[in-house]
Amino acid sequence: MLAGPPMSVDAATVRHVAKLARIAVSDGEVEALVPELNNILGWIEQLQEVDVAGVEPMTAVIPNTLRLRADEVTDGGKRDEVLKNAPVAEHGFFAVPKVIE
Amino acid sequence: MTDSSYRIQGATGEWEVVIGLEVHAQVTSKAKLFSGAATEFGAEPNTQVSLVDAALPGMLPVLNGECIRQAVRTGMALEAKINRWSRFDRKNYFYADLPQGYQISQLYHPLVGEGEIRILLDEKDENSAKTVGIERIHVEQDAGKLMHDQHPSFSYVDLNRSGVALMEIVSKPDMRSPEEAGAYVRKLRSILRYVGSCDGNMEQGSMRADVNVSVRKPGEEFGTRTETKNVNSVRFIMQAIEYEARRQVDLIEDGGTVVQETRLFDPDKGETRSLRSKEDAHDYRYFPDPDLLPLELSDDFLEECRASLPELPDAKRRRYEQELGLSAYNASVLTAEVETARWFEELLAATGKAGPEIGKAASNWVISDLFGALNRLGKSIEESPVSPAQGAELLSLVADGTLSGTLAKQVFEIMLETGDDPAKIVEERGLKQTSDTGEIEKVIAGVLEANADKVAEYRSGKDKLFGFFVGQTMKAMGGKANPGVVNDLLKKALS
Amino acid sequence: MTALTDLGVAAIRDGVRNGDFSAREVAEAFNANVAKAKTLNAFVIDTPEHALAAAEQADNDRASGSLKPLSGVPLGIKDLFATKGYQTTAGSNMLGGFEPTYESTVSGKLFEAGAGMLGKLNMDEFAMGSSNETSAYGNVISPWRRSDGGNAALTPGGSSGGSAAAVAARLAPGVTGTDTGGSIRQPAAFVGITGMKPTYGRCSRYGMVAFASSLDQAGPMARDVRDCAIMLEAMSGFDPKDSTSLDLPVPQWEANLSSDIRGKRIGIPKEYRIEGVPEEIDAVWEQGIQWMKDAGAEIVEVSLPHTRYALPTYYIIAPAEASSNLARYDGVRYGLRQNPDSGGLAEMYQATRAAGFGAEVKRRIMIGTYVLSAGFYDAYFNQAQKVRALIARDFERVWGECDLLLTPTAPSAAFALGEKSNDPIAMYLNDVFAVPASLAGLPAISVPAGLDKQGLPLGLQIVGKALDEQGVMNAGLAFEERAGFTHRAEAWW
Ligand SMILES: [Mg+2]
Ligand SMILES: [Zn+2]
Repeated sequence: MLAGPPMSVDAATVRHVAKLARIAVSDGEVEALVPELNNILGWIEQLQEVDVAGVEPMTAVIPNTLRLRADEVTDGGKRDEVLKNAPVAEHGFFAVPKVIE
Repeated sequence: MTDSSYRIQGATGEWEVVIGLEVHAQVTSKAKLFSGAATEFGAEPNTQVSLVDAALPGMLPVLNGECIRQAVRTGMALEAKINRWSRFDRKNYFYADLPQGYQISQLYHPLVGEGEIRILLDEKDENSAKTVGIERIHVEQDAGKLMHDQHPSFSYVDLNRSGVALMEIVSKPDMRSPEEAGAYVRKLRSILRYVGSCDGNMEQGSMRADVNVSVRKPGEEFGTRTETKNVNSVRFIMQAIEYEARRQVDLIEDGGTVVQETRLFDPDKGETRSLRSKEDAHDYRYFPDPDLLPLELSDDFLEECRASLPELPDAKRRRYEQELGLSAYNASVLTAEVETARWFEELLAATGKAGPEIGKAASNWVISDLFGALNRLGKSIEESPVSPAQGAELLSLVADGTLSGTLAKQVFEIMLETGDDPAKIVEERGLKQTSDTGEIEKVIAGVLEANADKVAEYRSGKDKLFGFFVGQTMKAMGGKANPGVVNDLLKKALS
Repeated sequence: MTALTDLGVAAIRDGVRNGDFSAREVAEAFNANVAKAKTLNAFVIDTPEHALAAAEQADNDRASGSLKPLSGVPLGIKDLFATKGYQTTAGSNMLGGFEPTYESTVSGKLFEAGAGMLGKLNMDEFAMGSSNETSAYGNVISPWRRSDGGNAALTPGGSSGGSAAAVAARLAPGVTGTDTGGSIRQPAAFVGITGMKPTYGRCSRYGMVAFASSLDQAGPMARDVRDCAIMLEAMSGFDPKDSTSLDLPVPQWEANLSSDIRGKRIGIPKEYRIEGVPEEIDAVWEQGIQWMKDAGAEIVEVSLPHTRYALPTYYIIAPAEASSNLARYDGVRYGLRQNPDSGGLAEMYQATRAAGFGAEVKRRIMIGTYVLSAGFYDAYFNQAQKVRALIARDFERVWGECDLLLTPTAPSAAFALGEKSNDPIAMYLNDVFAVPASLAGLPAISVPAGLDKQGLPLGLQIVGKALDEQGVMNAGLAFEERAGFTHRAEAWW
């Protein structure tokens, strides 16, 4: 039987999750999110009581397996289309704030 | 299995290095893993990008069967377990070269399971053999490319590589020295190129290794490992291991502890350094990609994969030794690169002779004469100015006594310059060797006459002068005399 | 003669074919209604020119005797479908002004079938919502009002709220919707129209902005079952561009429509009788059961034991998939970009996603990120996928005892805007009856059944076996004939 996950998240967890999700959150938002997420998590917690011994997780909603595509070049060569909606594009590249590696 | 004696001398004694490699090999395919865009190297930025590769809203992945076929054939070549049921997972993280915000990879159910690679630390010595375990091979998407030096405040993103198929070949932590790691990568590269599943071009990034290194006192538990990412040459891999092992030993002996982290290799300095920028909050949140279904392989599919496998380096090497009677060294040199073996086998076929009959001579000629010439000319064997058919003709002319070894070398030089067939050269330049006793006797007579004093010395017991007379005679005949005949006639004339 | 805008899909198609009126007249009439109904905020953008161009084509095709299945029928397209050259926002600021260079398979099929587009329909942001209050383009207001004389603005339901309102207010004879956990059926029930979610994989997801890939399905919303059958036939079909698309021929659902369901066994799942559901819902359900009996069906009490776990299962799987599907909205290649002064890449990501996503979307991304994060995968996501398998197994077992299921579509009638927006879980409970079929990928339809005491529509849901859309629609037709639902919202807008 699985050990259930912790019953509640705190502000630090919310900040960590927000960072993983790359969403900036203000202190106010964090404060509001803590109880909100705890409510929802507390509610979905009830799944822990279901006995799933020997049950395989669902892999395909309608039993079906992957088709294999032929190895043919059928796409590409459409740079203008690819860049059309870019906030910033220069010299055929997408441009992003400089990354220091 | 020989235990490598490579040790690092520390203040507190000897340390052993433990190495595991994750090699990313670009799968040979025309189109990308999940889109129909081309994979060719060196195209204009973002010209080989589909809307799927750029992750536009509502775009969906569709699997390229050839990439799976090549990965399965690779697994078979490494005697690995092929999983008939596998599936793709999403590895979630944000980076400007990763349009979807996740890489489609395989964590929970990889396509290929455990296998192994046999390496030789010394080509001449079967006893230097060692087996390195393969943990798994999974198929995944490559990322795009970031350029930081084009603009003061921007990094530029090129998605041509985004979505190109990679095989990640994960070894077990079985290697114990930089040499073993080097031999492993060379052997893996050789096998991939035999199979045709990867071109092995490390300069173009078709093969990169993540190098996992830890140190321990011999016999003790594994230490904490670091992962040095994307090292793209055998030499750099070996350097990275040496540097990293030394660094860890010094760190530990100075009372520090090794942190499990991602590092970067700096080829200029020959050093590795921490890559903190990528370290922040690593939590990939892998889960099965709901846009894709489980991948199930049919018997027919697997059968075709197996049937289409070529003879692999080890088998070829064994056959060369046992059937052609080549030395271990010659066999390993000729089988290391698929192109060499292909050229050598075309050469044998062209001689029309039985392998055992001509194999030895052919292998010696390729390794000494041909390789020597190609090195001089700075050409690869595929660019050889002399074709296998021409080489075969030359070997035949030696075999049937038309040419002596010396003449053969002359003829070969001319072949290299003119590209002419050896027979034509022999004909035109009259380089045929002669066994015409009459002519040879005349020359011998002249030589003895011109060296009456030496003849006397010889006759008075200075037999080592015999070689001198042979030399003089050959010289006088421009090397075209059959050495055997010359010997016989000289003995007669001098007795 | 009745106004052209009072006609449904079949009537318009046939009228144009018979020359009773021209396609142009129809397009103009609906364009006019759309223009008059701004207060409802059902559309994000109007595209009258598209509808007119298609109408022109239809009239020409009629002249040349080459009419197509939907020639002359103008439709509304939910803003989740990428439409080439027409802004596609998914109801989000993140995609404000985004103009796809590609057409979704579903909208493309409808246009190829001769349909025109009246506009892009408002919706909950990224289809996350059950009241259309999460749209970045404002609430959609239901054309319905309570009979208590109060003018409280009501929700049309969600996420296909604009779709529902447009059909109910006669702004379009038919529209596309998408259903991830009830987003077609619940709004259809709330505004007294018919909405159908086909078997997962019937309609391609290519070009449909993804919310939760293993659940998302497109479907038609229209005035009645026949209109849904006609539209679904045009929308369905194998698409090599979607790996989860079913490689099956499209049945002739309309031609095979029949309300003769004698001998069909209709199951009534006892677990769907839940606490706190207004007795009006039970009453209309009982009425529906009676109608099915009258139609000659055999009613059987059945059990789907894991029903109560469906909603929490859904609220793990859907947010988990969404947290990953929405990672591509990062301000790099399209859509909104916010550059804070501390202008690093990470800051750009965080500012862009903070500004581009609304509260509910952020909430679900956070939940999804959390349940997938280190240490929780097995306890949450994997557990949910196992329970999901049990829920599907429940249905499999029940098909041994019956052919179809009859249940309420939603646990209440439409509520007032703002009434539940501060209580996520109360909002989520709207889909308690809709979600199980979504988790199992089964076809399900919501048909109008009657009005509650406040004069608001209530709908019932018919769920069928995978691929048995025909059985579902036939039962829906039998139900429709007996319900004789002719109520409509009095125009006040
Ligand atoms: Mg790695
Ligand atoms: Zn990898």
